[in-house]
Amino acid sequence: MLGYIIRRVLWIIPVLFVVSLITFSLMHAAPGGPWDREKKLSASTIAHLNEKYGLSDPIHIQYLSWVGNMVRGDLGPSYKYIDRSVNDIVADGIGTTAHLGIMAFLLSVILGIPLGVIAALRHNKIPDYLATFVSVIGIATPSFVAAILLLVFFSVTLRWFPTHGWDGWAEPDTMVLPTIALSLFPIAQIARFTRASMLEVTRKDYVRTAQSKGLRERSIVVVHMIRNALIPVVTILGPLLAFLITGSFIIETIFSVPGIGRYYVTSIGQRDYGVIMAMTMLYAAAIAVLNLVVDVLYAYIDPRIRYS
Amino acid sequence: MSVSDDPSRVAGGPALTDLPDDVSVATEEGRRLAEQLADNRRHARKLLEVRNLSTHFYTRDGVVHAVDDVSFELDYGETLGIVGESGCGKSVTALSLTRLIASPPGKIVSGQIIFDGIDVLKLSNEEMRLLRGKKIGFIFQDPMTSLNPTLTIGYQIAESAKTHLGLSRKAADDRAVELLSKVGIPRSRERMGDYPHQFSGGMRQRVMIAIALACDPMLLLADEPTTALDVTIQAQILELIRSLSDEFGTAVILITHDLGIAAGMCHRINVMYAGRIVETGLVDDIYEAPRMPYAWGLLDSLPRLDEVKGARLRTIEGMPPDLIDPTSECRFAVRCKYVHDRCRSEEPELTPRDGEGHMARCFGTEPEGWIQ
Repeated sequence: MLGYIIRRVLWIIPVLFVVSLITFSLMHAAPGGPWDREKKLSASTIAHLNEKYGLSDPIHIQYLSWVGNMVRGDLGPSYKYIDRSVNDIVADGIGTTAHLGIMAFLLSVILGIPLGVIAALRHNKIPDYLATFVSVIGIATPSFVAAILLLVFFSVTLRWFPTHGWDGWAEPDTMVLPTIALSLFPIAQIARFTRASMLEVTRKDYVRTAQSKGLRERSIVVVHMIRNALIPVVTILGPLLAFLITGSFIIETIFSVPGIGRYYVTSIGQRDYGVIMAMTMLYAAAIAVLNLVVDVLYAYIDPRIRYS
Repeated sequence: MSVSDDPSRVAGGPALTDLPDDVSVATEEGRRLAEQLADNRRHARKLLEVRNLSTHFYTRDGVVHAVDDVSFELDYGETLGIVGESGCGKSVTALSLTRLIASPPGKIVSGQIIFDGIDVLKLSNEEMRLLRGKKIGFIFQDPMTSLNPTLTIGYQIAESAKTHLGLSRKAADDRAVELLSKVGIPRSRERMGDYPHQFSGGMRQRVMIAIALACDPMLLLADEPTTALDVTIQAQILELIRSLSDEFGTAVILITHDLGIAAGMCHRINVMYAGRIVETGLVDDIYEAPRMPYAWGLLDSLPRLDEVKGARLRTIEGMPPDLIDPTSECRFAVRCKYVHDRCRSEEPELTPRDGEGHMARCFGTEPEGWIQ
């Protein structure tokens, strides 16, 4: 098992290398550059800036120097926020973004799995229709619509929660709406997945065996069904967590959450090369690591899976 | 009177004999059930009486009459075989006895099931649960899928004992070890922590038997217990079921499509066809003088060792009828070589033949019939 984990961790390196190579190439292949403005800068200024930031070097030299710096932990300068390095930007926002992401993740799991389980246990009855209805709404409503509706109702009308800002545990009020808004889609997704998986398990022979043993309904569901039903659900949780902890542009913008999610989208428009690379690598690393965690969890949940 | 009438009997050796017979009396329902059981045991003559049982499945294509007006009885400690080809209602009959029919689409629409004097169809779900596993054990066809892949086999055996006998975790584990060695799993204590995938098919079926016998039930329902196993293992598993049911005085209903197996194991046999019992009687009567052309067909289709080399296997021509709209004719009429007009206009009743309890559903073999 340990050997397997070490091998998988080592595999992350070539994966990240390939991701960085593709992102770097695409980014530079896209027309325009970091110095494009409404009011054009003079050619000499651009030449000077390019010289200063090494952007006039051949592309492979630029890539190699980016790799060299990154390995040393230097993500380079931001071309948009001249006074801040990419390291500063990431360091300032990653804590908030990850905090919001983890909160939303936990809420999604805590609500999504029971919702799916209840729907499956009351298959084709009112609780099932209700849960399915909620899931469809959750999946079909874009997060900017849901976020604004939440704001209008809970902040403007009821005045329960602030309209913007984020103070973490210092001011828990500020966490409520962003967390809910960010988790609506994942709750719905997890609930649907769990429901389908539970319905599948309901038909299994071993569930009939459990019934024939005269076990209590609760232990049939909890011990015999849910654990087996969660195996496929765990698969989607890895990428989901990676998605949530790397931030959401829409939620962070609407609720003015000072995270890094906002930069991901804006940096692309601004050709802020350092930020684009940093955010992409972060996302790729999160996916790679969390997929590994999921695979290890598999072995824990399903004894048939053993890695060597 | 059979062994099972002694309320203090507990399987698994002297270590367990100090256990009360009914420990699940912690609940009101459990207590009521226990009292009823004790009372019935004094008066009831049969372990199981099934009267006019009908189980239907409500499907998109119509109502499937899977079990249609089936009646039979079972003595304490007796072994009864239910034989017939696939889809004739054998498994549905067994599942109906413990109300394990998936509902929807299935439903027991009429009839009465008296188990040890208890009217099973009138029990609450909770009372029914207390019968399952405790008084009636179940062995299913496919040991590869019948065990939970994520739980250790020790846990799966011990949990019945914990639920029904109120044993502590430790005592339940000890019981599971004992049962495992009883069903012939070597080094049973070490294997408690193994998962089903670490066992072969035959070993898993042994584990299933241990689970079914965990609470020393009065009735064991074995639904094609050896169909998924290879032939050498089949014999071992059947021998195990027989020796343990003898030892514990457990009555067995053995469901099989293999008449050879039924002959070796059972006291009596019910032959089922298209949801109905078409012939019933002692094993010897059925094998020596079957009184229903379907039973002849089944017997004839057994391969024989003394057969001329190269001879073709005999089969029963045709397929069982659709159970959605049973016609008013004899259900075997379309496949029967001896069919007369009468068979096509009305359905015969089960009527007595020579031999104790021997009955058949065939106009042709009735005293005034044309088949002799």
